[in-house]
Amino acid sequence: MNIVVCVKQVPDSWAEKKLNPSDSTLDRDSVDAVMNELDEYAVEEALVLQEAHGGEVTILTMGPEKAGETIRKALSMGADKGVHVVDAGLHGSDAVATSAVLAKALGTLEWDLVIFGIESTDARMSVVPAMVAERLGSPQLSFATKVDVADSTVTIQRQTEYGFDTVEAKTPAVVSVVEKINEPRYPSFKGIMAAKKKPVTTLTLADLGLGADEVGLAGSWSAVDEFAARPPRQAGSVVKDEGDGGVKIAEYLAGQKFI
Amino acid sequence: MAEILVLVEHADGTVKKVTTELLTLARRLGEPAAVFIGSGADAALEKLAEFGATKVYVADGAQYTDYVVAPKAEVLAKVVADAAPAAVLVASTAEGKETGARLAVKIGSGIITDAVDVSPDLVATQSVFGGATVVKSRVSRGVPVITVRPNSVAPEAAPAAAAKVDVAVELSPAATAAKVTGRTVAERSGRPELTEAAIVVSGGRGVGGPDGFGVVEELADVLGAAVGASRAATDAGWYPHQFQVGQTGKTVSPQLYVANGISGAIQHRAGMQTSKTIVVVNKDPEAPIFEIADFGVVGDLHQVVPQLTEEVRKRKG
Ligand SMILES: Cc1cc2nc3c(=O)[nH]c(=O)nc-3n(C[C@H](O)[C@H](O)[C@H](O)COP(=O)(O)OP(=O)(O)OC[C@H]3O[C@@H](n4cnc5c(N)ncnc54)[C@H](O)[C@@H]3O)c2cc1C
Ligand SMILES: Nc1ncnc2c1ncn2[C@@H]1O[C@H](COP(=O)(O)O)[C@@H](O)[C@H]1O
Repeated sequence: MNIVVCVKQVPDSWAEKKLNPSDSTLDRDSVDAVMNELDEYAVEEALVLQEAHGGEVTILTMGPEKAGETIRKALSMGADKGVHVVDAGLHGSDAVATSAVLAKALGTLEWDLVIFGIESTDARMSVVPAMVAERLGSPQLSFATKVDVADSTVTIQRQTEYGFDTVEAKTPAVVSVVEKINEPRYPSFKGIMAAKKKPVTTLTLADLGLGADEVGLAGSWSAVDEFAARPPRQAGSVVKDEGDGGVKIAEYLAGQKFI
Repeated sequence: MAEILVLVEHADGTVKKVTTELLTLARRLGEPAAVFIGSGADAALEKLAEFGATKVYVADGAQYTDYVVAPKAEVLAKVVADAAPAAVLVASTAEGKETGARLAVKIGSGIITDAVDVSPDLVATQSVFGGATVVKSRVSRGVPVITVRPNSVAPEAAPAAAAKVDVAVELSPAATAAKVTGRTVAERSGRPELTEAAIVVSGGRGVGGPDGFGVVEELADVLGAAVGASRAATDAGWYPHQFQVGQTGKTVSPQLYVANGISGAIQHRAGMQTSKTIVVVNKDPEAPIFEIADFGVVGDLHQVVPQLTEEVRKRKG
């Protein structure tokens, strides 16, 4: 069974993030870049499925040159090869444009499952997997807390607002996994060394047959008009419990008319 | 005036509060028309009328709900084609965002998620980077699809006709490719829904175990609040996952958030930082959660919280 995992490089979630004043895109230069934490679970799930069912695991990312580091990290965890869509024309792509690029790239690969993380920690939209499923006409098995494959049937437990659903589909299918599904492995020293020799193919927009007007800022169907920093929260008051902490909070809540 | 479509969130016809908020918002943008998918529409009509839906498009049938989101997007696409609305509003829940995402691709439109407000010229306000930055965005192509966070708008009644319009869609094979074969509904607690509640009382690892949530629940109940939990607490199995607040849990924006035994990791703050008032109980004065507290007590929650519960009970008489 062949699996493609879509991973994104994002600014470290612990870093303070800013938007570029010139074009309202995320200022990626000012902060450390890491693999989207939530995509580590997707890589792990692919490796676990590979251990059980064989086949190859390919890492797909769209992003600047530097995003190649994120592919290497996934390869050092154990994935077999990488595909990197990199093109100056991609800068500023929104989710709709990103999904168009990923769907095109997936069209050039052989796979039974594509696995996504649940959300990129910078965009925080949680929409790209559904958009890619829509574009490919493939079944959408999203928000999985458990994935089972038997022959060509995939069954997942889908996390819902009210509990969970059991969902079933035939491969090829699009899966996204939540962070409860597994514990991502750390790359071993051997893995890191091996990753250096694993193949990574790069693809440009021309390779994918996409025009510059279909992606990037020009091809994005949503735009930021303006943005502003919100004044930081006013420092509140903190008291030490002297046996009356609960009463103190109640007084505060009464003062704020909550009780 | 062009229609503004609102996708109804409901459980067997019981309309969720977020839908009344979206209808209230839609009235400022155009003529609100609800889209109801699933069974129980007749039960829902009254509520939808009360909050100003002039029309209610109804697609009733198991085929629309027995598959993962795609059929809902196809129903919406059909209504968009027929009614030529000015915008589509969907609740910013996990499933709402997926439905909106598929719709946007289907109809060739842009999408904005997690809006906290939408102006009459369809500029959406978002609060990003944990509330540190306010962004105004616009969909620049097609019929704007905008997902709006629960608790962003105060619902106001404004009765309208809610004329029922039946809709039927021939679903594509792709829409019925991911079949729901089982549904597990977690027990309902009788408390307000987490994303809708005006007050949320949360517990984290500091609560100490599943039994420790008792003090959290008791405080929630005297305040009429929903209960939330940190990931440390849900991962440990102390509280069910659907109550997790944070980046990979729910985003809440209540009037009052009470954090008990929660350190305030960035992923937790991402889900609650826009709460209007934040109260903290934590025994570690260095816990980062105090940085965003309006009022905090450094102390053992097992002492402070029961005392608070008792005091609230007394004051409420
Ligand atoms: C990809 C990813 C996604 C994540 N998503 C989420 C998310 O959605 N939501 C979320 O919450 N976290 C999330 N996390 C986890 C997050 O980083 C923290 O690990 C988590 O929030 C910690 O939970 P906590 O504050 O309950 O526990 P801890 O950090 O262990 O804090 C416990 C606190 O309780 C206090 N305490 C202990 N005993 C008492 C007592 N008796 N009385 C008073 N105070 C006491 C301690 O001083 C401490 O501050 C995510 C992490 C990752 C990597
Ligand atoms: N540029 C990208 N390259 C590869 N995968 C991506 C990219 N952007 C988003 N994804 C995938 O889509 C998921 C959801 O992202 P989002 O909809 O942006 O929150 C992520 O967890 C990734 O798996």
